[in-house]
Amino acid sequence: MNWNRISGLILRHYYLIVSSFPRILDLIYWPTIQIFLWGFISKFFTLNSEYYSNTVGVILTAAILYDFLFRSSISYNMMFLEEIWSRNFTNLFITPLKLNEIIAALTITAIFRTMIGLVPATLLAAPLFGVSIFKLGLPLFLLLLALYIFGVTLGLLVTSGLLRFGPSFENIAWGSLFFLAPLGCIYYPIEILPDWLQVIAKALPLVHIFEEVRSILINNVINYYDTLKALVISIAYLIVGISTFYLSYAGARNRGVLINMGE
Amino acid sequence: MKVSLKKLTKKFKSIVAVNELSLEVQKNKTIGILGPNGCGKTTTIGMILGLINPTSGSVEIDDQDINKINRSEILKKINFASPYIELPKKLTVMENLVVYSKLYDIPKKEQRIEELVTDLNLTKIVFKKNGELSSGQKNRVALAKSLINKPKLLLLDEPTASLDPDVGDYVRTYIETYKKNNEITLILASHNMIEVERLCEEVIMMREGNIVDRGSCQDLIKKHGRKNLEETFLKIVRDKKNELE
Repeated sequence: MNWNRISGLILRHYYLIVSSFPRILDLIYWPTIQIFLWGFISKFFTLNSEYYSNTVGVILTAAILYDFLFRSSISYNMMFLEEIWSRNFTNLFITPLKLNEIIAALTITAIFRTMIGLVPATLLAAPLFGVSIFKLGLPLFLLLLALYIFGVTLGLLVTSGLLRFGPSFENIAWGSLFFLAPLGCIYYPIEILPDWLQVIAKALPLVHIFEEVRSILINNVINYYDTLKALVISIAYLIVGISTFYLSYAGARNRGVLINMGE
Repeated sequence: MKVSLKKLTKKFKSIVAVNELSLEVQKNKTIGILGPNGCGKTTTIGMILGLINPTSGSVEIDDQDINKINRSEILKKINFASPYIELPKKLTVMENLVVYSKLYDIPKKEQRIEELVTDLNLTKIVFKKNGELSSGQKNRVALAKSLINKPKLLLLDEPTASLDPDVGDYVRTYIETYKKNNEITLILASHNMIEVERLCEEVIMMREGNIVDRGSCQDLIKKHGRKNLEETFLKIVRDKKNELE
């Protein structure tokens, strides 16, 4: 891998973000709205629900972590879509950039885009609702890592779809995470799901991540085994995501779409 | 760089976009690809760039098959410009050039950018966003991008399409001068016959994925008994059309 080329692609997205105030605002706006919305819902449940009565902010913590996943995946897709929208796609693919360098550059840039949105929102949650994700302690970093890897994987799968089906796949890009959210058991325990859906849900890292969040915040029990399980499942999906991306790229070369991809 | 296309074929399902095209472009020569829309020019360029996998046949650059060797190494020495692809609109000219100098891993980036900005007369627009530029200015910036790595092989797809005659002439003169001063092989796809006559040492005429004639501009004009390349082109394409019908 060539760091100069990776940094070139990172720089392209850095220039894009810093040149536009509305773009920065957009990155901050949605996570902040989420915090407010789930903050008030969380407050209501804390006051009125037996299940949540002992722990303040379980829902809000889950909302922040889910938003972290959502932003990392969307950031990944957005950067790829930006190349299609600006008709820069062909220019990029005729540079010596390798596919692993593109993946590395987008993965690094996605974390910065995610943080631009999430750091202000997380900081707001503490004074407004008395909730800090840092209450999760050391496992937080492993949980964030598992979420980020899964977010990047979803980003890779959607970008593979963009390579395979072209810009018309854009709508799927926006909807991809909403599709998985019900199975992720973000705001409720897995027992709520019918038995057959529980089997599918357990194959996703999200269930293990959010079960662990509830276990720590409600029962004060840290289970590193579940956290590591989530991490391993995320890595397994990442391998699938990378392989799919390579296959889609090979398919795009066969179909000749790389030379005229654009809106 | 020497480019050899050997029985190059590309099929998209049942459509044959390029049919057993064989061609050799010697180092530092300029070849023009002429043909009506949909004749396979862009597909051929796509295959030379490694963006499109051939169905059969091969593309060899300096005797190395682009689909069998490390494509990244070859792409360091190649570049491409076309009015149908653009540089990011929200980035300034300078930002675009900095980004591409990094993507091509250019040594002495600042010096190379400065050379191109001066040579292509971009000084006044260098801090303007690409989206704010006129077609002529965008064209010059795209040309600067395509020369940023001092390519040994440059592919140009209709480099002066949609430009007014003055800007078109500027671009042609620049390419001509650049070619005189640098070792570069040029493959030019164009509908502009004056441009092809002026820049190309050899021309291939394509129709429906096949080469229907080839030779130097003067030889082709003479062979078909026409006054200029445009008339020659129309004769070849229409004769072939009648033949096929």
